[in-house]
Amino acid sequence: MLYIVDRRKNPTGKSLGNRQRFMRRAKAQIKKAVESTIRSRGITDISSGDQITIPGKTLKEPGFHHMGRGGNRNYVLPGNKKFVPGDRIARPQGGDSGSGGSQASPDGEGEDEFQFTLTRDEFLDIFFEDLELPDLLKKSLKQTTAFRNARAGFSVEGTPSNLSLVRTMRNSLARRIGLRRPKTAEVRELEEKISALQAKAEKRPNGKLTKTDEETLHTLLEDLEEAKRRMKAIPFIDPIDTRFNQFQQIPDPNTQAVMFCLMDVSGSMSEQMKELAKRFFMLLHLFLHRKYEHVEVVFIRHTSRAAEVDEETFFYSRETGGTIVSTALEEMKKVLVDRYPTDQWNIYAAQASDGDNYSNDGAKCTALLAQDLLPKCQYYAYIEITDEREAEIFAAAEGETALWKSYAPLARDNPRFALKRVTKAADIFPVFRELFAKNRAEAGR
Amino acid sequence: MSSKTKSADKLLFTSADWDFETLKATYDAIEDIALNELKLDVYPNQVEVITSEQMLDAYSSIGMPLMYHHWSFGKRFVRDDVMYRKGYQGLAYEIVINSNPCISYVMEENTIVMQALVIAHAAFGHNHFFKNNYLFKQWTDADGILDYLQFAKSYIAKCEDRYGFDAVERILDAAHALMDQGVNRYSRPEKPNLAAELKRERERAKYEDETYNDLWRTLPQPDQGDQDMDELKRKMRVEERRAQFGLPEENLLYFLEKNAPTLQAWEREILRIVRNIGQYFYPQKQTKMMNEGCACYVHYAIMNSLYDKGLISEGAMMEFIDYHSRVVFQAEYDDQRYSGFNPYALGFAMMQDIHRICVDPTEEDHKWFPDIAGNNEPVETLKEAWAHYRDESFILQFLSPKVMRDMRMFMIDDLSSSPHLEVAAIHDDNGYRKVRRSLARMHDISVREPDMQVVDVDIRGNRQLYIQHTEHEGIRLEKSEAEMTLGYIGQLWGYGVTLQAVDYESGEILHEVNYTPDDLVGN
Repeated sequence: MLYIVDRRKNPTGKSLGNRQRFMRRAKAQIKKAVESTIRSRGITDISSGDQITIPGKTLKEPGFHHMGRGGNRNYVLPGNKKFVPGDRIARPQGGDSGSGGSQASPDGEGEDEFQFTLTRDEFLDIFFEDLELPDLLKKSLKQTTAFRNARAGFSVEGTPSNLSLVRTMRNSLARRIGLRRPKTAEVRELEEKISALQAKAEKRPNGKLTKTDEETLHTLLEDLEEAKRRMKAIPFIDPIDTRFNQFQQIPDPNTQAVMFCLMDVSGSMSEQMKELAKRFFMLLHLFLHRKYEHVEVVFIRHTSRAAEVDEETFFYSRETGGTIVSTALEEMKKVLVDRYPTDQWNIYAAQASDGDNYSNDGAKCTALLAQDLLPKCQYYAYIEITDEREAEIFAAAEGETALWKSYAPLARDNPRFALKRVTKAADIFPVFRELFAKNRAEAGR
Repeated sequence: MSSKTKSADKLLFTSADWDFETLKATYDAIEDIALNELKLDVYPNQVEVITSEQMLDAYSSIGMPLMYHHWSFGKRFVRDDVMYRKGYQGLAYEIVINSNPCISYVMEENTIVMQALVIAHAAFGHNHFFKNNYLFKQWTDADGILDYLQFAKSYIAKCEDRYGFDAVERILDAAHALMDQGVNRYSRPEKPNLAAELKRERERAKYEDETYNDLWRTLPQPDQGDQDMDELKRKMRVEERRAQFGLPEENLLYFLEKNAPTLQAWEREILRIVRNIGQYFYPQKQTKMMNEGCACYVHYAIMNSLYDKGLISEGAMMEFIDYHSRVVFQAEYDDQRYSGFNPYALGFAMMQDIHRICVDPTEEDHKWFPDIAGNNEPVETLKEAWAHYRDESFILQFLSPKVMRDMRMFMIDDLSSSPHLEVAAIHDDNGYRKVRRSLARMHDISVREPDMQVVDVDIRGNRQLYIQHTEHEGIRLEKSEAEMTLGYIGQLWGYGVTLQAVDYESGEILHEVNYTPDDLVGN
């Protein structure tokens, strides 16, 4: 007796629950792995899932097992080529391949390392979790913002407003030709001929046509009748001819955006501070990426001089020297003028700094921002990164850094300019949210 | 010309693709051979067609179609998934369940030749073995297993809802660590019966807590007079106490389920579920080699018979031989691919060899196997063996010198006192019996798995639980794993646990590890 059952339509993903439990179990390791991935990863490729590796040790399933070696034992191996009883073999060092037979692990599984791929959502969840992203915003960030209708061929169904005249008429014509529907001109011609003959008859004395004309008239009348019948039977436009334009909703990150990352890289910015800055820039990039098809990143670092650099240099090299912030703003202005005309680009900038600046430079910065940069930018965010301990000490003396002092008045009357302080990773998201959430409508469109 | 078309008409299939019609026709042809030529005795078959993704799912929950959720299955899934996608490892071609009806899974991606192979292998080979081997008959209940798994799955899901993922995971982790020590090796357990299980579970929830409270309450309080108790009296009390707890007890999970003082009723139930599943798989562990050997022998015989009858083409036969030889490949010890004896290879070689001994024996065979040599009843002889042996006893009984020579087996003595390994025996007249005995021991679960027992509970003092590992030939436990497992036992027991290693010969305690509940804090 046989039953064949087709289970292919059964739901798959029975292991999903197990996978989720596994992820929960390995959460700490996965988080670590994600963090190190973020560290080693460029700002622009944050938004895909990733392969991560976590140590298998932490996911060990222990049990009572014999040790692989030691004690007195004997075992059988296959494939003897040269041994005779009494031969001595040096004990193999490391690994227990020699005694594999007696002590293969029970299910043959290695416990070394675990490599697997996180889906994009899993990855973002963990990334955002670390930033303590509130649920509310996670949702809106993950959502694609606007949709635009794009042509997607034709369909036989649709609303009248989407009727494609050209297509419909083309089909109608083809059908009419195929079914040999007479044209109106042909009918008219027949009618004219008939009336000509009839007129001819009236002119004749007996009011009758010759025999040949009579026959012609007869055929013409038959033809006309046939033509009219066909015209009636074969409509000019039939429902089967109709074609409607079909549209597809495609996400519409309308145009392009450029994001300027400005950072002070003088000795006072520690690795940890840069790390925080990087997180912030990543988040900003992710955010912009959702709105625009094309996002470019420009890295500008400065000490007492500024330069446009690549991401690697931006985050991982350290310079010494004084700090003149205006040089970075000058550089940004230059790049803007050279490569990013405002009518084609949405411009965003984020500046990360510990707030130190050369004492006479403040006024220059303010002027540059107010006159040249802010009018061109959709949004300009200044993030002041302070050491956690320092933040505690100076908590009372809020806004006392040189740069903050010069920026603060500007921010008061300019909604496109915002200042925030960040001291630890957990701050980044709330700060980001404050900077962008209220400005979303304005910043986006 | 006419004869050629005639034979083409007989073919079950001509292309690699399959549909349900050819599958059914192929099955019928295979069934005909299995039942009428080989005279196999099988459960009704249910063949289920699944996708590779579903195979991956089934594969990672220890091959069962229904299983409760646990992260370790997710871990297996993630690993298999990566290995499969990267092409490091193919998927199992088939999975077969010891149930009635016997369920075999086949993948839709397989060619029809592969489907035929799988049906012959699983739906007849394994199926016959499950139905007839004494261990399966005695220890597993093919009629009830799927119902039981359904019960287990929903029970554990219910517990997760009620007590939270973490609480359930803690118990499952601990229970899994003790799964190998959760079987009754010698006494025959009651067969799980779903209705009875449900009833018992309800009753347990009702009053078992009180029962154990009574047990602990009525224990004699320690009193100063004990100090003067003479040795004999003390020993008698120890014996009494052991009897009270049914000690020694080799089934650690059973002991904890019944006696751990602080476990909740549902926690005991989970221990029982894991124990029952462990018990269900115990016969499979003891007969892996025979079971695969049986299935390989059956598929090989059936495919050859199909070919002889002109039901499959030469091309199909070539394809089959390719799969078959990959399955029964045995890497040699010095080969990169070597990872122990391949149960398929050894099993198939032995089955084929028994067949040969029955129909075409040599002088040597008459000497070694007087009972079966030349009896001309190969299938009957094999069926007898499949019914009454497990891997260890089967090798001890049937491994012939020819197989040892063919596989060029040799035996190594590995003594900790010696700086060298020594070749103790090879495939020659002096060595056959030694090699055979050693190989049989390698297939003996009771030798491969550590000998663990609960030996005592200090009910008068701090409720310390004593677990003994009997060390044979100085083979010790893997230390870090043992300590972690001890921690799990401590979690379940709720009080201190001592693990003692005792020498099998002298009975003296070799070493001891203690777990105190305070360790939990650091955990």
